[in-house]
Amino acid sequence: MSSDVTTDGTEMPVDEDAVLHGCPLVESRGQQVLFVARDRYLEVLRLLTDEGFAMCVDLTAVDYSRFMDRDLPEAIDAERFEVVVNLLDISARRRMRVRVQVPESEPVVPSLFDLHPGTEAMEREVFDMFGIAFSDHPDPSRILMPEDWIGHPLRKDYETGSIPVQFKGAPS
Amino acid sequence: MTMIANEGAQEMRPRSELSARELFREVGSVLRMSEAEAAALGDLPEDPEDDQTMVINMGPQHPSTHGVLRLMLELQGETVLRCKPIIGYLHTGMEKTAEQLTFMQGGTNVTRMDYLSPLNNELVFSLATEKLLGIDGDIPERAVWMRMLLSELNRMSSHLLFMATNGMDLGAVSMMIYGWREREEVLRFFQKVTGLRMNHNFIRPGGLAADLPAGWRDDVLRLLDMLPARLEEYDILMTGQPIWRERLQGVGVITPTEALALGATGPILRSTGVEWDLRRDMPYLRYDEVDFDVVVGTYGDAFDRYAIRLNEIRESMRIVRQILDRMPSGDYRIQDKKVTPPPRARIDESMEALIHHFKIFTEGFRVPEGEVYVGIESPRGEIGCYIASDGSPTPYRMHMRAPSFVNIQCLPHMMRGGLVADAVAVISSVDPVLGEVDR
Repeated sequence: MSSDVTTDGTEMPVDEDAVLHGCPLVESRGQQVLFVARDRYLEVLRLLTDEGFAMCVDLTAVDYSRFMDRDLPEAIDAERFEVVVNLLDISARRRMRVRVQVPESEPVVPSLFDLHPGTEAMEREVFDMFGIAFSDHPDPSRILMPEDWIGHPLRKDYETGSIPVQFKGAPS
Repeated sequence: MTMIANEGAQEMRPRSELSARELFREVGSVLRMSEAEAAALGDLPEDPEDDQTMVINMGPQHPSTHGVLRLMLELQGETVLRCKPIIGYLHTGMEKTAEQLTFMQGGTNVTRMDYLSPLNNELVFSLATEKLLGIDGDIPERAVWMRMLLSELNRMSSHLLFMATNGMDLGAVSMMIYGWREREEVLRFFQKVTGLRMNHNFIRPGGLAADLPAGWRDDVLRLLDMLPARLEEYDILMTGQPIWRERLQGVGVITPTEALALGATGPILRSTGVEWDLRRDMPYLRYDEVDFDVVVGTYGDAFDRYAIRLNEIRESMRIVRQILDRMPSGDYRIQDKKVTPPPRARIDESMEALIHHFKIFTEGFRVPEGEVYVGIESPRGEIGCYIASDGSPTPYRMHMRAPSFVNIQCLPHMMRGGLVADAVAVISSVDPVLGEVDR
């Protein structure tokens, strides 16, 4: 695989302090990453959609509680959670990744449902696995775990190997 | 910790319990309409109070749900008004498991997600790891072409199984036997190459586990000679047959706008006429050097999705023929001390090689800090691998963008207004693999 033919399609040259819609734009291994503040999340996503990134391919999250000193642009303060949105522009064949910092004290992010209805299930999965709530989501319930499950398994403080097995409906 | 969100029930509530706004939002968002426009569609109740509907469960144990998928259907007579897929019955926490396994061991985990196209799962995981390591440009040519060969054969075996299950779901039981028979021929080749029929863990970061065995070319040629006649049998048995067409044409229709809004990829998106195939549009491996057509449909119905998969088998065979002609000689894995264990013979004579071997298989190799997303075209659509690394030998976080997980969210829109008898045809045409949906 040569580096100029990547899965990211067309590559735009990005300099050190590039800015898109007032948000730091970083190139990470040939991929465009946009760091968006939480209060501008919906607004920037709407702008990106109008720019051609009309398809939301993936929405996930990372619990960075054990890796707080990760590499971030200067303007961005590291928080425990990050919501990661992968956008795709079909006509220009390019991708964009949006990273949003979400504090542990208030893990709430606006839902993208009205903009990208396909994120409905992905946001439910992130809520289920990380306990990040999506405000104005049409169906804020667990999706993979049973609805009476306690805890959010993909959080780093949810240890494996020491958890008693929970059975739905079983007398405890 | 205080939870802010409402952990409501997963069950679908009958629409008489929902407000008009909730209903119109559900419909309108996907169709890109305002609530007023959604209301004007006419099939939503004006007064939910006196609505006569029934909510029934289909699954989780139902022969046509391809695993443990549960659908809640809201019916009015025989018409499906709303539908909600309820998943998670096969959830085994594979993304959590991935955080415990080294990058070396990760392949054994991801290969079990979409168990009908394991090699594509391994491929996307390996590509993401290699991108993080910065060695994605240094993979030997033979390894790249071998990966393409395996990936295309896997697409064929997966689509052949779709032919079998699609036939079985719609009552063409002989098709089940035929599809299974042909798929087994492909799996026999995989068994010869990788040692296993499924869950190969053969494509690994840095290359492949082994070279192709002697006589592989004859085996592939035998497959390519056998399949065209068999595919013509399928055409006679199904494609031109009036019953088959009646069952599929105009069933489970989805528009390009809906498919794009829902993030659907693969045959579902292409059935609506959107030409989007990552192999052509964002080429990886050497797909930009082989000649093939992207098969697209027109109507976005279940028949288009069937026809696309049938013809994609033919396109894959075309690609495989070109790979046979162009397969270069050389190494099947990168000779980078960091990720490649030393050859077995070196271990006997060199202490360093022994230590190196031991370190790689116990501790694993360290991957630089960073995060990366790689997407490739699996038989079901875009399979993406997102890895965040903190510089240790295990991924800090590994997320798979599973095509089935997203595609299955199209079911409510495909089934809307259809008959309950067509529900089976619609599920089948999406070709979900529940191992990948639930991970």
